[in-house]
Amino acid sequence: MPMSSSPRDLGSAKSGSHHWLAQRVSALALIVLSLWLVANLLGLVFTPFGNYVFWLKQPINAVGLILFFAASFYHSVLGLQTIIEDYIHRPCVRWPVLWLVQGLSLLLAVGSIYAVIYVALK
Amino acid sequence: MRPLSPHLQIYRPQITSVLSILHRITGFALAIGLLLLAGLIISAAFGEQSFDLVRGQLSTWYGYILLMGWSWAFYYHLCNGIRHLFWDMGKGFELSTVATSGWAVVLASLTMTVVTWVYVVQRSSIVQELLRNANVQ
Repeated sequence: MPMSSSPRDLGSAKSGSHHWLAQRVSALALIVLSLWLVANLLGLVFTPFGNYVFWLKQPINAVGLILFFAASFYHSVLGLQTIIEDYIHRPCVRWPVLWLVQGLSLLLAVGSIYAVIYVALK
Repeated sequence: MRPLSPHLQIYRPQITSVLSILHRITGFALAIGLLLLAGLIISAAFGEQSFDLVRGQLSTWYGYILLMGWSWAFYYHLCNGIRHLFWDMGKGFELSTVATSGWAVVLASLTMTVVTWVYVVQRSSIVQELLRNANVQ
């Protein structure tokens, strides 16, 4: 692998254990949040739009959905980072792809959480 | 250069290696599925028409194939993720346990997927009947 002049590719930045721990903490949260969401979505499937809005207007559901989106986008970006680091070797491709994925994930996370609040409070 | 693993192609696939790469593949698939879930909620913010447009795409044959794939990917990644969490606690590392828990994950994820879709199909007919009765009245 060609070395760059930046310290980015030169070993530990003391952040490896944070990634490891964050992945597992978000995984634990998602066990509860994702099963809760799937159970609720199965109860809403085939019902009219109004039922979804009614469901979303219950504070517990809006808060649960916001937590789900926060935890799942976080967990997903950590996993995608590992995949990118394993399979994209050239630094000039690897880092821009990682930043793009992180940026898009943040955008969609904020967008979906804003949408939850918008529908819940409208 | 850091040392590279031997070429994967020369290995006979084993339950451990196949399930390991499946965890990554299902995780990637779920990252794509999350985009859809985000799209669904964002479309709801735009109103009923755009929400039903997205939902309509999911009620097609390709929509159902994708949803079935995602549901299995979800249950698999969930069950195998719990298996990983036990390993993180230092539990279940014996080779026989690793194989048993692996097959348990396969069986559990398939069972949960089938139960989910049996429920969805039954619910579909029940909801349709309710809507028909509502239209008659």
